Amino acid sequence: MNAEEKKRLAITACKVRIGTIIGVYNAKSGHPGGSLSAADLFTYLYFHEMQIDPKNPQMPDRDRFVLSKGHGCPALYATLAERGFFPREELENLRHIGALLQGHPDMKLTPGIDMSSGSLGQGVSAACGIALAGKMDHKAYRVYTMLGDGELEEGQVWEAAMFASHHNLDNLCAIVDYNGLQIDGKVEEVAGLSPLDQKFEAFGFDVQWIDGHDFDAMEQAFAHARSVKGKPSCIIAKTTKGKGVSYMENAVGWHGKAPNTAEYEQALTELKAALAKLEAE
Amino acid sequence: MAEIVKKATRESFGLALVEEGKTNPNIVALDSDLAESTKTGFFKDAYPDRFFECGIAEANMMSVAAGLAACGKIPFAASFAMFSTGRAFEQVRNSIGYPHLNVKVVGSHAGISVGEDGATHQCIEDIALMRAIPGMVVLNPADHYEMTAAVHAIVAYDGPCYLRLGRLAVESIYHERDDYHFELGKGITVRDGNDITVVATGLLVQEAAKAADALKSEGISVRVIDIHTIKPIDREILVRAAKETGLLITAEEHSIIGGLGEAVCSVLCEEYPTKVIRIGIQDVFGHSGPAFDLLKEFGLSAENIARTVKQALNR
Ligand SMILES: Cc1ncc(C[n+]2csc(CCOP(=O)(O)OP(=O)(O)O)c2C)c(N)n1
Repeated sequence: MNAEEKKRLAITACKVRIGTIIGVYNAKSGHPGGSLSAADLFTYLYFHEMQIDPKNPQMPDRDRFVLSKGHGCPALYATLAERGFFPREELENLRHIGALLQGHPDMKLTPGIDMSSGSLGQGVSAACGIALAGKMDHKAYRVYTMLGDGELEEGQVWEAAMFASHHNLDNLCAIVDYNGLQIDGKVEEVAGLSPLDQKFEAFGFDVQWIDGHDFDAMEQAFAHARSVKGKPSCIIAKTTKGKGVSYMENAVGWHGKAPNTAEYEQALTELKAALAKLEAE
Repeated sequence: MAEIVKKATRESFGLALVEEGKTNPNIVALDSDLAESTKTGFFKDAYPDRFFECGIAEANMMSVAAGLAACGKIPFAASFAMFSTGRAFEQVRNSIGYPHLNVKVVGSHAGISVGEDGATHQCIEDIALMRAIPGMVVLNPADHYEMTAAVHAIVAYDGPCYLRLGRLAVESIYHERDDYHFELGKGITVRDGNDITVVATGLLVQEAAKAADALKSEGISVRVIDIHTIKPIDREILVRAAKETGLLITAEEHSIIGGLGEAVCSVLCEEYPTKVIRIGIQDVFGHSGPAFDLLKEFGLSAENIARTVKQALNR
């Protein structure tokens, strides 16, 4: 990836993080940790990878994205806002009465949301259905879905995995936001997933590990996933929960809690400093 | 008179479970990555050897609980109501309900008062789902004292139960009742009255009591009945209220389909046909927002109960 593009993505991701914090702070609730861990991936998907049109969110041949870990939507909303699906101001209304942006993604309400989600484990199955419909209709679109590592404990995820490989859904790419934390603690302490790559391989997936904050790595991995034929892809992205806000990084307590005013200001100061630095580079 | 306690019923549940665990070594708790929210975390801290973190895998948790119960344990298996009764419905039905195993299914953050998380997490069908399972006891306690008593009662009762917990802190109603007595399947008259009866459950009991107190000054005498056990329901208290007040309103933080309202209607249709007006979620999904605003918007408030009473009585 050329330096110019990488800089553009990094700046956008930083704005996505700022939008995330604004949203969660104004909602006085929500899930900052797993939003920030996924912010770089969302940015990459919506600004570099997916064929979409913010002016025409229902475009029939668009690539689809299903946020199976639906609670990570504050960062997805911030990404969609940056991409022009709706005004940034909507983020300030997140989770309020009558808001365009619900606590968990609502496909009937929010432009750019391809599937409602929030109950863990279900989005990946819906993504299989969308991929299957694409095959039936001989469409070229691709389907991306993102799962939390804790979410992988749901049995339905593995039912979906079997389904995807049985039906040779090579138009499906599952991304695991592998940040190592869930609510009750570390994923490996709650329910060990290792060896995760071997599990997905055994279920018939092409598996890649990447650093989920490295755009070069994403470019290579998503290009490879597009070239895989006959089976679904899985990209296990190692990430840091809370990435970009010092006190939220790797802190299990920031899974589902909004910052207070002092914390909010500190988060914005840090992110704005990071943004200024990127822009000056 | 006991002290006024302002606590969410989930917290009262967590404390009561620790208390029961002191004397009953068979009690075990299971959770699916929500121990801090459902308050089984208190039990985990007190008895780490009797707490099992199942991860985000509610269906598996319920059938594991069934296996533990088959060996004489008394498992309390908890998650948000949406997931313990919804996600794992068929496991609860076939692994727990059908063999009539001694599992206590616990559903926290029930109803619309989960608030900002929105419709995917606002479980308004749990009572309907659990009521439909043969032999399942369904409880929805109204305050700290009632929750404490309910936990004690279901530990003593050998069979499957569903215990509904709320997210919001609620002020106690029963601190003023030295005669408070909890019995599974028995309703409680919270306010006596003879113009009309409001039958309420859970969070709505205190709203109904507030409405009754407000209407008293307007000369309207409202009976308020707390149905903490929705199944088996106290038929006698309902029929008596129908006979004596002639008109009933039900109030619940649940869909009007399949919950307390329909349970009351079934009893009265069979035994003493009486008009019943159902306050509850009117067959729609909720949405995101602060809990108290949502309760108001969906008519789950003392004001709306009072308004409905007046309309019903043409006052
Ligand atoms: C079926 C289901 N069970 C429980 C929950 C409650 N819940 C929301 S987020 C979460 C933890 C998710 O952990 P992980 O998938 O690792 O997400 P991340 O750390 O990326 O935020 C849980 C248990 C849910 N939304 N759906």
